[in-house]
Amino acid sequence: MVDQDQQPAIELRGLTRRFGERAALNNVTVQVPTGTTLAVLGRNGAGKSTLLRILATLLRPHGGEVSVLGERLPQRAHVVRSRVGLLGHEPLLYRDLSGRENLHYHAQLHCVAPERVERLIEAVGMGKRADDPVRALSRGMVQRLAVCRAVLHEPAVLLLDEPRANLDPAAVELIEPLIGSGNGHTRVLTSHDPGAAIEDADLVLGLRDGKAAFVRQPGEVGAQQLRELYG
Amino acid sequence: MRATFAVLAKDLRLELRTFETLPAMVLFSLSTFVIFHFALGRSAVGGQLAAGILTVTLLFAALLGAGRLFVAEREQGGFDAFLLAPVDRTSLLAAKAAAMFLFLALLEVVAVPAFGVLLLGPALGPRLPGLIAVLALADLALAVIGTLVSAIAIHTRARDMISPIIGLPLLLPALIASARAAAPVFSVHGSGAPPGKWLLILALYDVVFALIAYAVFDFLLED
Amino acid sequence: MTSYGRGLRGLSVATIATITVALALVFFYAPLDANQGFIQKIFYIHVPLAIVALCGFVVGGLLAIAHLRTGDRKWDLRSYVAIHMALIFGVGGLITGSIWAKASWGHWWVWSDPTLVSFLIVMLLFATYQPLRFSIEDPERQARYASVFAIVAGAFVPLNFIAVRMAQGVVHPRVLTLTGGRLPGSMGLTFAVSLLGIALLYATLWNYEIAAKRARMQLRRLRRAALGDDAAGALGRSAAPS
Repeated sequence: MVDQDQQPAIELRGLTRRFGERAALNNVTVQVPTGTTLAVLGRNGAGKSTLLRILATLLRPHGGEVSVLGERLPQRAHVVRSRVGLLGHEPLLYRDLSGRENLHYHAQLHCVAPERVERLIEAVGMGKRADDPVRALSRGMVQRLAVCRAVLHEPAVLLLDEPRANLDPAAVELIEPLIGSGNGHTRVLTSHDPGAAIEDADLVLGLRDGKAAFVRQPGEVGAQQLRELYG
Repeated sequence: MRATFAVLAKDLRLELRTFETLPAMVLFSLSTFVIFHFALGRSAVGGQLAAGILTVTLLFAALLGAGRLFVAEREQGGFDAFLLAPVDRTSLLAAKAAAMFLFLALLEVVAVPAFGVLLLGPALGPRLPGLIAVLALADLALAVIGTLVSAIAIHTRARDMISPIIGLPLLLPALIASARAAAPVFSVHGSGAPPGKWLLILALYDVVFALIAYAVFDFLLED
Repeated sequence: MTSYGRGLRGLSVATIATITVALALVFFYAPLDANQGFIQKIFYIHVPLAIVALCGFVVGGLLAIAHLRTGDRKWDLRSYVAIHMALIFGVGGLITGSIWAKASWGHWWVWSDPTLVSFLIVMLLFATYQPLRFSIEDPERQARYASVFAIVAGAFVPLNFIAVRMAQGVVHPRVLTLTGGRLPGSMGLTFAVSLLGIALLYATLWNYEIAAKRARMQLRRLRRAALGDDAAGALGRSAAPS
């Protein structure tokens, strides 16, 4: 599992984040070794999205230690930013621009060559619709473009909030090479379907009211643990 | 710089697609000239009164435009997208202020001739360079303060009201200076050159608030 | 255990004593103004109120810088109270100024006085501080945005005075333009003591409000710790730091 001399890709020690008086995350500790997948489970409002947003440098931690790829957050956020990719609930695409224009805009912000945009558009099968405004696309197509956006700068860490939402099985096939477990990414993912997430994971973090209910190997997460989380 | 141009190009492209901001600012200004005509009961104005009407109209049109400046970022995830990129935060301020400045300049290309035709007594032609100098400095103030206030207001509940109530008093010194500077331009008598003292005040105001906006803008983005 | 309002008693006594002396000087020592008569004595209240309010606004901006630099919310509380108190003093300054204007020029408001006009503009700007805070729900964002506002508005104060003063000729009441070295000695002394008294009053009220707010926050924390999160009840929307 964790190599003694190799640093984990993501390391949380006592991470706490408050919104006003409410603690969205309370003293969460977990380590994610490089190249593995952490599945985060929990009900709505348990703190899953907050955790992803902290790792993506969009939210500042209020307590505890967070490091991503050996860099402390929030101090070294500018370094982390170029190496993580976030696929959240929102596609982060302008509705009145085309998919291609949106991706080229992000490519400029991330200093990515324009050719990569074209390759990604082909890879997710959006070649024919890439010049339509995003508002005219189906949710599945928007999600495919959002995946392209998230992996545009070839991040080492992928933060995936329900990545397969709105996608039919054929589309899942298309995005799998980009965000699947096969190509050495360290991944943190959440899913509305705990079964699928556990299957996809090397480690499972159960969150309940912002606290870590358990951190277990996928094989050790049974019906009882899930009842604990969702019951 | 790269990020500033990327955001600016994106904003201009969005405006070309939606025509949400600039046409509204132009129409608003033209309507306001008509309103002034009837409210004042005058067919032609000059001097300080003309300068006041023009600057007040541009001020309100600017606040109208500033209100739209961050709406797409807020509603379509533009803030998150920008914050995820490894770029300097202040490039967003620079890009938005530049977009605002361009909108104002384009607005004036239409609104100033319209003002000359509809309301202005004295001929404008020979005195145009002086007016352009005043408007350029005034636009800078409107762009910087408009962007800053809009960025403050965008995350508030009553953003449509917060933006003007903060922006108006904050822009008052700039309004005073530009109205006073433009008055000789619209006068029949005198050289028509805007007084250097007021241009200086306006430039000072631009520099001070540009620096302040640069210093504080980061704190409006972090969460 | 934190003790609230340490040193407040001494400050309060000093304030009361200074204001008493100031009032005694105003009524029994300072000479009657040759042109304006008795009403001119409002000068000893009006000008200190306005000066202290303006300083309070600027201090609020400086405290806001400390908040943004350290990220410590106690600075936001201090900045908030500084601006909040300055607003109250400022309203007092506007009202006394208006009374003075009515008495000496016959109008409640005069546009020809640049100091009065600039002061009104500053008040209009800072009057938006509370609505701005109130319309941001997340307490942290509220604190941060309020600090940004306080810094911008604090820097606005001097710039605004320069612009307005240049826009109008200096037509100010006889006494006020004399502020400083050219005041007759007895008037100067009375004015200085009045200014000190009002400044002390500001400092005392500032300390009282900080102490009250901190006590309330502490009480809430203790309730939550002792009785659980629900016992404290939901935090109401507020413009004040919480």
